[in-house]
Amino acid sequence: MGPRMKSSLCCSWRIALLMLWSARSLWAFEPGGSSVHGTNIFSPASAPAKSIADLSVFVLVITGIIFVVVFALLIYSVVRFRGRARDAGREPAQVYGSTQIELAWTIIPILIVVVLFLATARVIHAIQDAPEPAGALDVIAIGHQYWWEFRYPKLGIVTANELHIPVSDPGHPTPTFLQLLSADTDHSFWVPELAGKTDLIPNHPNRMWMDPQRTGVFPGQCAQYCGIQHAKMLLRVSVDGPEDFAAWVQAQQRPAVEDAGAIAGRRVFEGNACMNCHAVGGTSADGRFGPDLTHLMSRATIAAGAAENTHDNLRLWIQNPSAIKPGSLMPAMKLSDADLDAVVSYMETLH
Amino acid sequence: MASDAITVPVGQTEARPWVDELHQWLTTVDHKRLGILYIVSSLLFLAVGGVEALIIRIQLMHSHNNFVSPEVFNQMFTMHGTTMIFFVAMPVLFGFANYLVPLMIGARDMAFPRLNAFSFWLSFLGGLLLYFSFVGGSGLYGAGSAPDVGWWSYAPLGARAFSPGHSSDYWTLALLVSGFGSIGTAINIIATILCLRCPGMKLNRMPLLVWMNLVMAGMVLLAITPLSAAQIMLLIDRYLGGHFFDTQAGGSAVLWMHFFWIFGHPEVYILIIPCFAFMSEIIPVFSRKPIFGYPVMVAATVCIAFVSMSVWAHHMFTIGMNSYANSFFTLTTMVVGIPTGIKIFNWIGTMWGGRIQFKTAMLFSIGFLFQFLIAGLTGIMLAASPFDWQLSLSYFVVAHFHYVIVGGILFALFGAFYYWYPKMTGRMLSERLGKWHFWLFLIGFHMTFDLMHIPGIMGMPRRIYTYEPGRGWDTLNLIISIGAFIQAIAILVFLANLIISYFKGAEAGNDPWDAWTLEWSTSSPPPAYNFATIPTVESRRPLWDLKHPEDPDSRYE
Repeated sequence: MGPRMKSSLCCSWRIALLMLWSARSLWAFEPGGSSVHGTNIFSPASAPAKSIADLSVFVLVITGIIFVVVFALLIYSVVRFRGRARDAGREPAQVYGSTQIELAWTIIPILIVVVLFLATARVIHAIQDAPEPAGALDVIAIGHQYWWEFRYPKLGIVTANELHIPVSDPGHPTPTFLQLLSADTDHSFWVPELAGKTDLIPNHPNRMWMDPQRTGVFPGQCAQYCGIQHAKMLLRVSVDGPEDFAAWVQAQQRPAVEDAGAIAGRRVFEGNACMNCHAVGGTSADGRFGPDLTHLMSRATIAAGAAENTHDNLRLWIQNPSAIKPGSLMPAMKLSDADLDAVVSYMETLH
Repeated sequence: MASDAITVPVGQTEARPWVDELHQWLTTVDHKRLGILYIVSSLLFLAVGGVEALIIRIQLMHSHNNFVSPEVFNQMFTMHGTTMIFFVAMPVLFGFANYLVPLMIGARDMAFPRLNAFSFWLSFLGGLLLYFSFVGGSGLYGAGSAPDVGWWSYAPLGARAFSPGHSSDYWTLALLVSGFGSIGTAINIIATILCLRCPGMKLNRMPLLVWMNLVMAGMVLLAITPLSAAQIMLLIDRYLGGHFFDTQAGGSAVLWMHFFWIFGHPEVYILIIPCFAFMSEIIPVFSRKPIFGYPVMVAATVCIAFVSMSVWAHHMFTIGMNSYANSFFTLTTMVVGIPTGIKIFNWIGTMWGGRIQFKTAMLFSIGFLFQFLIAGLTGIMLAASPFDWQLSLSYFVVAHFHYVIVGGILFALFGAFYYWYPKMTGRMLSERLGKWHFWLFLIGFHMTFDLMHIPGIMGMPRRIYTYEPGRGWDTLNLIISIGAFIQAIAILVFLANLIISYFKGAEAGNDPWDAWTLEWSTSSPPPAYNFATIPTVESRRPLWDLKHPEDPDSRYE
């Protein structure tokens, strides 16, 4: 009997540890800083994520109770009704079933399902059918193989990979409503602390919304397998205070900085294939296949979050993208060292 | 009740030359040999799929690992999933069904022995076709490449524009070919059960294993056909200029999802119902009691089959269905939990008041009950669609379905191996190695799949070949990978047990477990004709009646 008892003890210990571990992760990552931190679906920062987390806790409690009851029954029957040496050769009473007991364990689960379903349907309705208030910000998110394009149609802004949205004050809500499109394969927009994920599917526009209650940078990434570099299709949402957001909008609405010192780099950019895929506002470069570079230096990362936006990384990225992101659709530009330096200096003027 | 085998003339038992023996195996139409072929071929694919899993786990041991390239990683998870579902889980379950169903209903073979052989070879060659992609995947363009589009090959990733070369075609054709094999076997199982039962074996006296395989076979017919249709449509898209799923030409990616999941979800039940069948035979015998609530078990199985046909879009909660559709599929998915729960209660009810013998087969069955309970409960969490918007496509889902497939299906299968191996080979599997196998596998399983839920809660998506440091995923992934290796060691112990016991195991005799169904009334292994005289049964437990003439079951049914 020894090992069997141990097995059940082991199991309960394991579950206790598991719960502790998950609980620890609830507090370990205090969001709100500007650097990227861990994420947790149980530390929501926005109404949809909050109502999901509340529902999740409710479902967890119910399923937890079911687990404890059934697990206890299982362990009890395994321990209590184990075969003993003294019973050898004798068969126990042959019981074929019981209608009353069957009815009981049919009706009780039905009641549980009714409760769970009603609680869930309420949250589905509250999130999916929420009307868009007047003060809402509209953003079009377009998934590309392996980066994100963000368009703010009412503000005339096009940017990539780092979404800026205003914090939403419950008194004067300014939620963000995303329209989700795809340029190629399926993707999925997932920032766990702001909302559940929604897919970006070609020919199938989707919608989601969030109303972040606190400022900070919230990490996320593409959740639907979209091809070779699905792993490095990272995403960050910067939730700004009202003044910061207004300043960011103003900066993004300006055309690209024209720096006479970087004219050589601009010639390289416009004389090579760069401009076929990338746009720089106010210049003849208006490619749409790759990210808009008008305000490249306002972003903290390049290559959809795969690398910090530094001089060295920019240079490496233009020279040999697969060193950072193998399989990325950005080609190695094979520029001379002089041209490479020039085009990197040009990029660095695009604030 | 005939338990005597025909005396075999001495000359026939002498060893034949191995070429003869091989020829016998390749041309056999005997349901028992085909069953063993199914089982052995899936064990081969299990080893291959297991190696692929280990490669995945090594790559994910820590952030920014470079063990394999992203291309190889994507091929590994695609091949791992496809192999394990289509070329391990389905064929091994078909193998057991093939072997056991005729024996348990007192028949001498399946209804269509040649169709049976044809179906097996289609399935097996489908698997070889899939693996030939490693050689021929890119055709003339260069070295081969396995498919890398994920095991559900979502449109438009499977279209020519995003999947050039032929790797996707190997995937499509392999599933199409083996799908026809599955349909053939399903027809065969249904015909056998409906037409070849021995005298007295009324539908309500069939062993539960037979009932559940009947339901499973019916589901195969309903589920594999849309998959085959979708594969043909994909081929039309790729080669004949069709636009079913070609989004760039106005096709629908969502249509593919519906086609795939109306196969994909019933598929889960196609795999788990035969495992319910194993449990419903093993648990009663080792509890020394009949199954609790036989009619309820049958009704619950049929109920699961019906409801599971209406839950497929719970795999699609994130694709932007409207709130009514999401609510509907939430409800149906939760409802399917009710008959499933009833089954768990009935198995516990069977153990209740019994005298449980902890043979290895029973240990795996208890492991199954425990893990399947948890898998069902995480399934309820995923059924609540808002919760699913967070958990879907994350490692939580990966943990959930491995809990079903490894913690449930594989544990039940191991139980079945320990229980029926003596019947198939005439030798007992070693209990000592069996216990090692059980405990090692249990520890490895829980290290891997318990912890795997947590990175999902912390935002880690599935199918990523690497991840950024600082997200809190590193330590967890390391422990998960270590657990995978412990499972691999346990599998090696199991394979060693299968081989060693074949030569050195104790003689099994006809009925080593003192069991009650017809397969134990004939010799181990059974002769080609199964029963010298066709048995007649009067209850659900014919051998109980035989062993307890003073108190037969037929008195209570």
